[in-house]
Amino acid sequence: MTEKPIQGEKRVFMTGNEVVAWAALAADVDIMYGYPITPQNEVMHYWTRLSPKYGRGFLQTEDEISAGFTTCGGVLSGKRAFTATAGPGNMLMQESMTMAEMMRIPTVLVVQQRGGPSTATVIYSQQEVTMTCFGGNGEGLRIVYSTSTHQELFDYTIKSFNTAWKYRFPTFVLGDGYQAKMRESLYIYDPAAKGIVMEKTVPYLGQEGTPGVDREPQHLRNTYNTEEELNEQVNNLVAEYEKIAPEVIEYQTFNTDDADIVIIAHGVVTRAAQAAVKELRKQGVKAGHFRPVTLRPIAAKELKAVAGKAKKIIIAESAQGQLEKLVKDAIYGIATPLENYFRPGQGITSEELVDLVKKGM
Amino acid sequence: MSKVPNMPKSWREETKPHKFCPGCGHGLILKALGEAIDELGIQDRVVFGCDIGCSLLSWDFFNVDAVQTHHGRTTPVMTGIKRARPDRICIAYMGDGGGYAIGSGHLVNAAARNEKLTVILANNCNYGMTGGQMAPTSLPHMKTETTPYGRDPEVTGYPTQGPEMVAAITRESAYVARGTVANVRQLKNYIKKALQNQIDGTGFSFVEALSGCPTNWSTNAKDTWAFIEKGMTEYFKVGEIKDPAKKEA
Ligand SMILES: Cc1ncc(C[n+]2csc(CCOP(=O)(O)OP(=O)(O)O)c2C)c(N)n1
Ligand code: SF4
Repeated sequence: MTEKPIQGEKRVFMTGNEVVAWAALAADVDIMYGYPITPQNEVMHYWTRLSPKYGRGFLQTEDEISAGFTTCGGVLSGKRAFTATAGPGNMLMQESMTMAEMMRIPTVLVVQQRGGPSTATVIYSQQEVTMTCFGGNGEGLRIVYSTSTHQELFDYTIKSFNTAWKYRFPTFVLGDGYQAKMRESLYIYDPAAKGIVMEKTVPYLGQEGTPGVDREPQHLRNTYNTEEELNEQVNNLVAEYEKIAPEVIEYQTFNTDDADIVIIAHGVVTRAAQAAVKELRKQGVKAGHFRPVTLRPIAAKELKAVAGKAKKIIIAESAQGQLEKLVKDAIYGIATPLENYFRPGQGITSEELVDLVKKGM
Repeated sequence: MSKVPNMPKSWREETKPHKFCPGCGHGLILKALGEAIDELGIQDRVVFGCDIGCSLLSWDFFNVDAVQTHHGRTTPVMTGIKRARPDRICIAYMGDGGGYAIGSGHLVNAAARNEKLTVILANNCNYGMTGGQMAPTSLPHMKTETTPYGRDPEVTGYPTQGPEMVAAITRESAYVARGTVANVRQLKNYIKKALQNQIDGTGFSFVEALSGCPTNWSTNAKDTWAFIEKGMTEYFKVGEIKDPAKKEA
């Protein structure tokens, strides 16, 4: 056995992409498949430098269609495999991710959102929410963690492999270009040192023994012959997804108990929202903040309870209403007035949110 | 009054100096292309498509109608235009990543269908725009951002021989050549013949140009030229591979 990439716990100062590479190493990832795209490139750059020292694999594919499907292949053979991408690359990976949904292939995909539509910017946005949650010709049977700090990038990258393998749904870590490129302090650690046990991985294909002699052959499919047959399959998938959802859901609240105004935000924008609430409270304004950590499945019940008590809800996001769609769906039936702060492709500061709240008072 | 240096007539003066890094090969390829357009007198008929890669910086380079497409998708966009407007002269401009990796399926099929299209591809042995990762054309043992210990051909294959591949899947009516920015006059002639092949409606035309990327190669002027002229030509033979005018080319 080669030595562990991280012994115990270590304080470091790194970019988010470097953090993802270290997290994947720490999570005992066997192989990464990938294709260059900004702002994700350095995940691969660090992985290709570090991984050979620990006997891990890497393949640069001819494009993201291939990167997504090779990841499916790696996982089917029982390896902890992942890929990372952004924007147009995320689009091309939707095809393979629907295969993963249908066939319960526990892939992990790290997304560092950039501006869209089209090639747009390589910098930042939150415009890949709908695509990451619901991309493809299916029902969005995926688990999506939206991170906001480098510590979370590390924690949730490790966690995503366990979530994927425990529940067998494709799992996504949704970061963004700011998180990818920014440098921040955090603790990186050996999961074992924190009592985190990595879920066992098992091959779907290529197990020991002669199929048909020593064991049943594995015949995996994603095509169905009739409407009824497909409907039954999807119903089963949805039922299993809904069963595990309460266990998977994560969210945070900040001063929501007595809040008149609740800001709803995810990803890095939660940092602005948290700071804004602190500032507004200092000024005597009863502001609170609800942050969904999992965007899919989303903490609908909890969000509805908070939103129902408030006098006003503000949805702040670096997109044109992609979070808003998730929120509206979750809180349907509540009469609390809703205001939007949409900045597609642009960052949001706490000052902007403080001003917005005060202007509306 | 400042003196504007001599540039091809079809170049757009307002967008010069261009946005490529100093010493980049893209500018020289586009010089050869500009001169070819001038000499053929086709500025009014050209539609230019550029890929996403450093070629995207050429979107406003010429006084011709132009469109930026997606990474790898320039060949199908220009195919669509050509099929709808056969009177236009369609030029697809891309890098080696765009043409030989993500867009390779499009290149293969456009060539196989003998689209009356001209594809010009800059081979700089890496992914320039994204910061120097391995490309299909990276040389064996070449250090790139995704092959930090050198490209191992046993693991990642040998450099893609683009023109040879295109030549193998096209009929006699296709024009296929590999030029180099080290010989711009020859490159211009290849591009002219490629465009003429399209103008005459003869068949598909493809020119690869060996090009430099000093920024990601981390080379000075001398080493950049040495790499283009010696390093690259060990694997990539410059010359015409298929020329309908010369049956036995
Ligand atoms: C679908 C998709 N994947 C990845 C990218 C990121 N990307 C932009 S340019 C580029 C590589 C460019 O390299 P090349 O085509 O060789 O051209 P060069 O920049 O070297 O001229 C990549 C991978 C993208 N824009 N779209
Ligand atoms: S990065 Fe390389 S290919 Fe791109 S403009 Fe600079 S020198 Fe040219």
